[in-house]
Parts: sequence; C-alpha cells; structure tokens
Amino acid sequence: MKKKTIVAALAAACALSTPAWAGQTLDTVLKRGVLHCGVSDGLPGFSYTDASGNYVGIDADFCRAVAAALFGDAKKVKFTPLTAKERFTALQSGEIDVLSRNSTWTISRDVGMGMSFAGVTYYDGQGFLVNKKLGVKSARELDGATVCILAGTSTEMNLSDYFRSNGMKYTPVTYEKSDESAKALESGRCDVLTSDQSQLYAQRMKLAHPDDYVVLPEVISKEPLGPVVRQGDPEWFNVVRWTLFALVAAEDYGITSANVDQMAKTSTNPEVRRLLGLDADFGKDMKLKKDWAYQIVKQVGNYGEMFERNVGKGSPLKIERGLNAQWNKGGLQYSPPFR
Amino acid sequence: MRRWLYDPKIRALAAQILTILAIGLFAGWIVHNTVHNLTVRGIASGFGFLHNPAGFGILQTLIDYRETDTFARVFVIGLLNTLLVAALGIVFATVLGFLVGIGRLAENALIRGLSALYVETFRNVPPLLQIFFWYFAVLRAMPSPRQSHEFLGAFFLNIRGLYVPRPIPAEGFVPTLLALGIALVSAFALSRWARRRQERTGEPFPTGRATLLLLIGLPLAARLIFGAPFTWELPQLQGFNFRGGWVLLPELVALTLALSLYTAAFIAETVRSGIQSVPRGQIEAAIALGLTPRQRLRLIVLPQAMRVIIPPLTSQYLNLTKNSSLGAAIGYPDLVGLFAGTVLNQTGQAIETIAMTMAVYLLISLSISLVMNWYNRRMALVER
Repeated sequence: MKKKTIVAALAAACALSTPAWAGQTLDTVLKRGVLHCGVSDGLPGFSYTDASGNYVGIDADFCRAVAAALFGDAKKVKFTPLTAKERFTALQSGEIDVLSRNSTWTISRDVGMGMSFAGVTYYDGQGFLVNKKLGVKSARELDGATVCILAGTSTEMNLSDYFRSNGMKYTPVTYEKSDESAKALESGRCDVLTSDQSQLYAQRMKLAHPDDYVVLPEVISKEPLGPVVRQGDPEWFNVVRWTLFALVAAEDYGITSANVDQMAKTSTNPEVRRLLGLDADFGKDMKLKKDWAYQIVKQVGNYGEMFERNVGKGSPLKIERGLNAQWNKGGLQYSPPFR
Repeated sequence: MRRWLYDPKIRALAAQILTILAIGLFAGWIVHNTVHNLTVRGIASGFGFLHNPAGFGILQTLIDYRETDTFARVFVIGLLNTLLVAALGIVFATVLGFLVGIGRLAENALIRGLSALYVETFRNVPPLLQIFFWYFAVLRAMPSPRQSHEFLGAFFLNIRGLYVPRPIPAEGFVPTLLALGIALVSAFALSRWARRRQERTGEPFPTGRATLLLLIGLPLAARLIFGAPFTWELPQLQGFNFRGGWVLLPELVALTLALSLYTAAFIAETVRSGIQSVPRGQIEAAIALGLTPRQRLRLIVLPQAMRVIIPPLTSQYLNLTKNSSLGAAIGYPDLVGLFAGTVLNQTGQAIETIAMTMAVYLLISLSISLVMNWYNRRMALVER
C-alpha cells in the first residue's frame, strides 16, 4: 500500500516536469498584479535610488511604462537591483520578468543565451574617462595604461579588441560594482575607466572633483542598450517591445503626459487616435486594456520626456539627444506604425 | 508471503532500496527537467564553450595568456590564482597562528596580553570587512607610480603594487640548482643519521648548524665556480606604469593579509587549546629531567599537542581556501571572480560554470583533508 503511494507520487512528479513559463509570463504577471523588473545597482540617469528611496532613471521609467500598460498603474513594479554579473541569470531563472538594465544588444546574447532584446532604449558607445593630469588627449595614447572595467560586460571584450587591433598593451582591473571602479580611478589604482559613455558621464558626477576628469573623444564600439526578456515567449515579448514603441511613437506624434487628455478629446489625427485606443483596440490582442498606451503616456510620459528628465536637459548629466533623437530629427529612434 | 512482510530484516532492506530508488528518481527528474527547460528556452548547454576564445584581459596570470586563448585556459588561470592565494594564506596563517597561540601561554604578561588582543580583534571582525580594510583603507593610500617609494633603486612600492626585480636564469643557473639539490638530499640524510646515532648512543649532533652550512655553502661554491645563477631585470617607469620585473598586486596582498590574519586568530586558539590539553605532569616530568623551556616545548609539549591541534587545523585550512573566493569583491581574478563571474556572463552557461567551480572547491577541500588526515595518522599517539 505504502509502496503504491510512493510510486504514484513519483509518477506525478515526473508528469509535472514541464517548464514553468513557456509562453506564460504575461498570464503570470497579470495574475500576480506586480511586474518584477531587474535594474542597475546604482547608475545615475538609468536607475538609482533617490533620497526618498525611489528608483529613478530611464531604465526604471521603462519598467514603470510596462507596468502602466499591464495594470494601468505605473507604481506596480518591484525593482530588483542587479550587478552586471547577476543580471542574465536572474532573467533566465525567472526571478525577474523583464531586465531593464543598460544591457547591450549583441548577437551572442540574443541567439545563444535564451534571451530576446525587445528594442533599444538608448544608443550608446564605449568611451574612456581619464584624469586630466595625465595629459592624454586621445585613446591612442593609452598604450601601457591600467584600465578599470566592470566584470561581465561587453565593454570587457571591446576593450581587448580595441587595444589588440591598435597594437597596444593594457592591464585590466576588473570590479563587480560601478562604485568600486569609480573609486579605483579616483585613487589612482587605474589610469583609465572604460564603460559606455553615458555611464562615464554618470560616474564622473559621483567623483569628488568631477572637473579633474575628462571623457576622451573616441567611441570604440556600438552599444545599443535595451530591455531583455526570456526567449520563446512571443506574447510577453510583444508587450515589452510595443511598450517601447508606444513611448517613441507618442513623442513622434507630439503626445506628452501634459497634453494626452486634451489630445484624446480633440485630436482628429487617425494615428494618435489609434495609439490611444480610441479608434482601434490593439490592447485586446495583447491581453491588455484598450487604453494601455494612453496609460503609459499619462503616467510615465513619452520617450522624449523620459530622456530629458533622466539624462538630458532636465538632469545633471546634460547628455545631448544625439543618436537618441527621433528619426526625423537626425537620430535613430523610430517606431513602426500603429496600424 | 506473510512471513516476508513481517520479517524485520526484509522490511529494513526494502525500505532502504525504496529510499535509494526515490532519491535516484528525484535526481533524474531534476536533470531531465533542467535539460528540457534549457532546450525550450534556447539556452546553449554542454561544455563546448570551453574551446571558444575568451577575448578579454586578465589582471594576474601565472601562466602565459593572450586574449585569443580559450575559456578552458581562463579556467586554469583562475584555478591557479585561487591556489596561489590559498597556499600563501595557509603558510602565513600557520606560522603566525602558532606563534600567537604559544604567545597566549607565555610567562611574559606583555606577550600574553598582546596575543590575546590580537586573537580577540581579528577573530571577531568578518573577513570581507578585513579584506576591504586592507584594500581600500591601507593599500589605497600608496602613492601614484610617478611618486613611488623607492628602495635601492630596484624595489618600487606604489598604488599599483610592489615591483621587484625579476630573476632571469644565467650561465650559473643549472649548477647552482644542482648544488642546492645535493645539499638538500645530504642534509636530509645527515639528520636521519644523527637521529639514529643519538637514539643508539645518546650523543647529540649539531644538525641545525650542519644543515645551514650545507644549504648555504654548496650553492655558494657552485656560484663562485660557474658564475651568477641569475641576472636581474629591473622594473622601470615607462609611460603610465612600471614595466619589467615582477609585480605583487595590491589585490593579492590585501587578500592574503586579510585571510592570513583572520585565520591565524583561529589557529592560535586551536594551538592554545592543544597545548593546554597536555597533562601538567608531562611538563613537570620534563622539568625534572632538566630540559630547557625550549626543549620542553619542542620535544614534550608540541608532539602531544599536535594530536589535538590537527583536526581543527584542517578545518581552518579549508575555511581559508573557501574564503579566498571573497577576493572577487576587490577584483582579484580568482576562480569565482574570473570563471564563475566573467566567463559565466560572457557565455551565459550558468549551470556548467557553477558546477565546474563547485567541483573544483570540493576537490581542493578534499585534497587538503586527505593530506591532513594522513599527517594526523602519522602524529597520532602510538600505544605501546
């Protein structure tokens, strides 16, 4: 009798061995009522905690935009701060639903690691931050330098490629946290700090004497940063990807958090009306509410607002739009049509 | 049938077989489930990635390494770095631990007090904090390369590390090495002979002085006849950094210091308890025989104390080795930081890299246990 019970239990256990979330992330998240979002462990402009303990930055705002689309409430996000080393494992294991942590879109990550990049929230490139005292004007003069890097980033590879292809030598010192590498630069443990340029501007702000340091002109790589989801779940992938496009499209059509109500009432532009769910219901096909895009813009703003507030003119970083301007303003941000 | 059902032997056997079966099935289910999930989610699996080129630089490599080498080589480099810091830590912690442990029982109140202070301080501060202290508070205060502390024009100390001259084998290298080998072998033979003779006749022989003479005299003679064994490559300031010579990195120094000092505090307590476990009568008997305090310690107390000391000492060695993985926090490229960190992230193969890393720590720990158990058996009291 007892034997039979054990055998039955084991058989049941074996039958249960189906994967936990193949195509089920959206249902799981909607049922849970909270979005689990992986962000950076402290990077000004992208995601860091302000004085009152809230996460602020482009990456954090993107999480909020997804939550607004899902639940109509941008506050329903649980942020998980992750180091560069931890981030992909956290996504793969299901600890988080979406990773919005200045991660570079590369082919090896897209095809071999079970992840899919949903788009690009920030076009970046790798650069160098040095102390002015060294008198270095160009990255070509860095032969023999000691370079601080973050462990497990694509910058580690780019750095090696750049020095090798230019016939230069370097000594790498690899840290896990961006604060540690900034401190190492400040104390003189390394001559140069290398990272994505946006990060370098952010890091420089954290130093005791930001004006003593300069970002070199060279950009040695393409670093398109964007949100990541697990591969093999197109339903969830679509929600994340089109949240990003809704942000970009809203700026393109001139919809802001301030005028979205006005637009919803008076606009006759068919594209605006479709985006805001007045003349079409794309939400239904994504298992979302009709006004999902309206909620995004109302609660988080459009892409341009998100950019200026966190890294652009409205922030201490003062980064130019550059590649991140709309496609018709000389940048690369472009949304497919809402049709 | 009924008889079998109530036979306690058969029932016990059946229960054991069922338990093993259940565990086996459970393990099989976990493996199957993992493989299935990995395939469904399109995550690459298997150990093929080890043959791919790594493509990143490493701070400290004990063997030759280029960025185009494979992940397998990165694994070996990480392993060697871990072994290096563990070996250095074990040596320093043992020496210091024994000195402090004996010091805690010294007759001199100052030595006793200082030893107790040392133990209580270092034992009660978490090791990660101690690593941070040495790395961020002490070694970060060193000057920049251009303002290095200089000793004898050959040694340079700065924030990037301690730069020392590098020996390069010259014409006298092989003869000197040979002479040293011969000296070692003959010193060993001499001490065996001296011990036998003392056991037989009771006549002591100045083994220590003779060994010293052999070890210094023979290589020195070889050097005089065949020429210098080494030429020295001096470190020189070029551009941003010193080039040439050997460098002792601050990451390695901070980690070794912190681990040695921390573990030495525990070893000191182990040694003290071991010494105190030797019955008072033994020492009184030694005094009665007219042995000097040093002889008492070396010949009577320590050999008996070792039986008590070795098992907990083994645990301390294992702890030190495992704690060395904390080096990842200050950028020391050990197995955890390098392989379970960077390589895991570049390949995304968490299961394989973590499994390999865990297997290595298991293997290192088991090897240390094995050696220490062997030593323990040798030191155990032989009842006659």
